[in-house]
Amino acid sequence: MTEKMVLINEEGIRTDGRKPSELRPIKLEVGILSNADGSAYIEQGKNKILAAVYGPREVHPRHMALPDKALLRCRYHMAPFSVEERKSPAPSRREMELSKVIREAFEPTIFLEKFPRTSIDLFIEVLQADGGTRCAGVTVASLALADAGIPMKDLIAACAAGKVGGKIVLDLNDIEDKEGEADVPVAYMPSFDAVSLLQMDGLLTGEEFQQALSLAIEGCRQIYILQKEALKAKYQAIKESVEVAEQE
Amino acid sequence: MPILYENRHLVAPGDLLAEGDFLAGFNAYRYESKIYASRLGLVEYRGRKVEVVALNTFYIPSSGDLVIGKIEELNLHGWTVNINSPYPAILRTSEALNRPFKPQRDELSEFLAIGDMILAKVISFDRTRDPNLTIREPDLGKIKQGQIVKVSPAKIPRIIGKKGSMINMLKKETNCNIIVGQNGLILISGRSRDEERTAILAIKKIEEEAHTPGLTDRIIAMVKKERGEISQ
Repeated sequence: MTEKMVLINEEGIRTDGRKPSELRPIKLEVGILSNADGSAYIEQGKNKILAAVYGPREVHPRHMALPDKALLRCRYHMAPFSVEERKSPAPSRREMELSKVIREAFEPTIFLEKFPRTSIDLFIEVLQADGGTRCAGVTVASLALADAGIPMKDLIAACAAGKVGGKIVLDLNDIEDKEGEADVPVAYMPSFDAVSLLQMDGLLTGEEFQQALSLAIEGCRQIYILQKEALKAKYQAIKESVEVAEQE
Repeated sequence: MPILYENRHLVAPGDLLAEGDFLAGFNAYRYESKIYASRLGLVEYRGRKVEVVALNTFYIPSSGDLVIGKIEELNLHGWTVNINSPYPAILRTSEALNRPFKPQRDELSEFLAIGDMILAKVISFDRTRDPNLTIREPDLGKIKQGQIVKVSPAKIPRIIGKKGSMINMLKKETNCNIIVGQNGLILISGRSRDEERTAILAIKKIEEEAHTPGLTDRIIAMVKKERGEISQ
């Protein structure tokens, strides 16, 4: 067997120079696609993800329409160029699973019962992947939904925690995800202290899991603040430019 | 603990707006004794009522609304109309013609063909059935002239203004006839293209800056400036 990679050194610094409980740098932009009803873009470390929302709109095919609430459909997809080895553009088993868990993460927050017989279609396109794309995908999709004017109980922020080199760390990147011991992605609604997505890959003791979960929630809270800033930024900028013009 | 923001403060979904004895208005909801925002918008406290003036929404029909729509489909007994809403609207022949309609004798497309724009009123809508329209009222029916601009339905109240202050000012200043559909489509017909263009620019500016204070004065200044350029 090859020698094990050093993912975290004696000073507790990780491969990309982060501390154990530090997030990767995040850049969020809202409303960048003009053909979608709502859209957003995220860069989280080397992850680059676009999200687009259509709807509520008429359901096609018609027979899928629900008489009592809106149908939420989600497609998580990785571009063929998003990883080092070309990925087939056809939906893989993994992508289908993520589409399902992301859809289920959003079902409790959207007021689906307000728009019966319609569909809300959510597209998450991973342009470049570097670990933690399901979480970054949920974070960005939540902004796209808010941008489309779809009423929601709360924004959803998502972040992973895991165990790397024997330590519990926040927001795993691709190497840490692959070489590390465990990964716990969490999607969280901060205003209600509610978890809407929770998975685990790898092995953790009960105590370690508790630690990872509370660390991930702490990460979600930080992301939530960034999400709100990004959402308000566009309108705040117009308001400020008007106020400046007024004073002149 | 009562109010948590100033009036007209920008809020996002999930923001806690008020706690205690309050009622949730538009784009807000109550959970236990707390009122939260459900859309991005400006918060308004009106006595016990807390609501959010949304910055972007889609159009949900409501009976009595004046709308502008496009004929999409011909059916046996009427037309399907796109009214810029999640729900397609239905215009039945009995709500369009003043005489009985006989499918074996009459041709629907002679009255309204696919692609025609109409000004109509919503007569009924609920959760279980698609909205019904009527054009059997004065001034309703096929749109024969003018230009149509589309804005977010959320901005319609701002374009109309308090008791029509904004829209009346625009009509007067641009010499255009402006008909505002509640579904975000606006019909503008003036005597010249330049006048129509000025009105469209003004409406686009209102849409962009709807959430800022002192908008009416800025629009008046803008229209006056545009008109000055045209007359030169």
